[in-house]
Amino acid sequence: MPGSASYAILFLGTLLEALVVVCAIKRRVLRKYFVLNLYMVLCLLVSWGRYYILAHDGGVKSLTYRYFYFYSDALLTIVLYFSLISLYLSVFEEMKVGRYLRLGAVALLAGTSWFTYAVVSQSSHKILTYFAFELSQNLYFVGLVLTYVLWAAVLKMRQTPALLIQLVLSLGIYFSFCAASYALVNLHPTLYAHVSAMVPVVGCLLPLSWAYAFWRVPNEARLAPARLAMAVPR
Amino acid sequence: MIAAIVLGCSIIFFLQFFVPYCRSLIAASSNHILSPEVQDVTGLTSPASGEDFHRVVQLLRLCPDRPEDRGEIRAIGVYFGMLKALKTLSPSIAPSVRAWTERECGRCTYFAAVALDRRVAFSRDLLAQQIEA
Repeated sequence: MPGSASYAILFLGTLLEALVVVCAIKRRVLRKYFVLNLYMVLCLLVSWGRYYILAHDGGVKSLTYRYFYFYSDALLTIVLYFSLISLYLSVFEEMKVGRYLRLGAVALLAGTSWFTYAVVSQSSHKILTYFAFELSQNLYFVGLVLTYVLWAAVLKMRQTPALLIQLVLSLGIYFSFCAASYALVNLHPTLYAHVSAMVPVVGCLLPLSWAYAFWRVPNEARLAPARLAMAVPR
Repeated sequence: MIAAIVLGCSIIFFLQFFVPYCRSLIAASSNHILSPEVQDVTGLTSPASGEDFHRVVQLLRLCPDRPEDRGEIRAIGVYFGMLKALKTLSPSIAPSVRAWTERECGRCTYFAAVALDRRVAFSRDLLAQQIEA
C-alpha cells in the first residue's frame, strides 16, 4: 500500500482538478475553455479510478494499477493535446483557420501514433502496453513543441487576454516537466523511482496554475506578451 | 542520444515558459498600490530593491496563510533564486545583465510586498468577521 503522503498528493490533485472546473463555472468561462475543463473532469474520474484500485487492488505495485495508470495516462495525454489545440483555436479565432488547425492536429496525432507504433513493433512483444507508454511520452514532446510555437505566435500579438497567456504558459511548463521526466528515465533508468515519486507532485502544478488563472485573472485583463518575454540586455 | 536532446530541449523550453509565467504574475501585481502600513513595516523604497526580498518573505510567513497565493509566492521565490544565480554569473557574461537582474529582483520584492498587503487585509477581514460573530 502506498504511504499517506501518496494519498495526500492524490487527494490534493483531485481537489485542485475539481477547483479548476468550479472556478471556470463561477467565472463563466466553461464554454470558452470547454476542452480544458473536459480534461480536468477526466482527470478527476481517472484520479478516482486510481484511488479505487490503490485501495482495493493491492496498491502501486499491482499489475491492475500499472495497466490502469499507463492506459489512462495515454488517454489523458490525448485529451490534453486537444486542449492545446483548443487554445490554438482561441488564439487564431479571428483568422478563421479553425478547419485547417483541426485537420493539422488530427494529422499530427495520427503521424505521432504511426511513428510510435513503428518504434514499438520492432522492439517489444507487449505492443499495446508499450504503445500506450510510448505514445504518452511522444505526445508530451510534441505538445511541448506545439506550445512553444503557440507562445511564439502569441508573442507577436500586441495585446492578448492575460488569462489565455497564463493558461498557455502553465501548459508549457507542465509539458516541459513531463517531457523532461520521461527523457531522464530513458537516460538513467535507475532514477525511475525518484522520477515516478515526483510525477504526482508535478501533476498538481497544472490544475493549481489553471485554478489560479480562472480564479484571479479578470476576463477583461489584457497583457502585452512582448513585455513578458526574456528581454535580457546584451 | 535522442533522450539527451529531448531533456536538453525540455529544460530550455521550461525556462522559456517559466520566466514569462513569473513575469505575468509580477505584472498583475505591479499596478497595486501598497497600503501605508505595509510601506512602513517593509520600509520599501521606490523602486523596490532585491536586497529586501528575503525580509519581506519572512514578514509574509508571519501572516496567516492564504492557500490561493501559496503557489505563486513559491514560483516567484524560485524565479528570484534563478535571478540571483544569474546576477552572480553576470559580471563574467555581460555586465549589463546585472542591471537587468537587479531590476527584476526589485520587482520580485514588490510582488512579495503586494502579497503581504493582501494577507494583512485578509487577516483584518477574518478578525472583523470573528468579532461580529
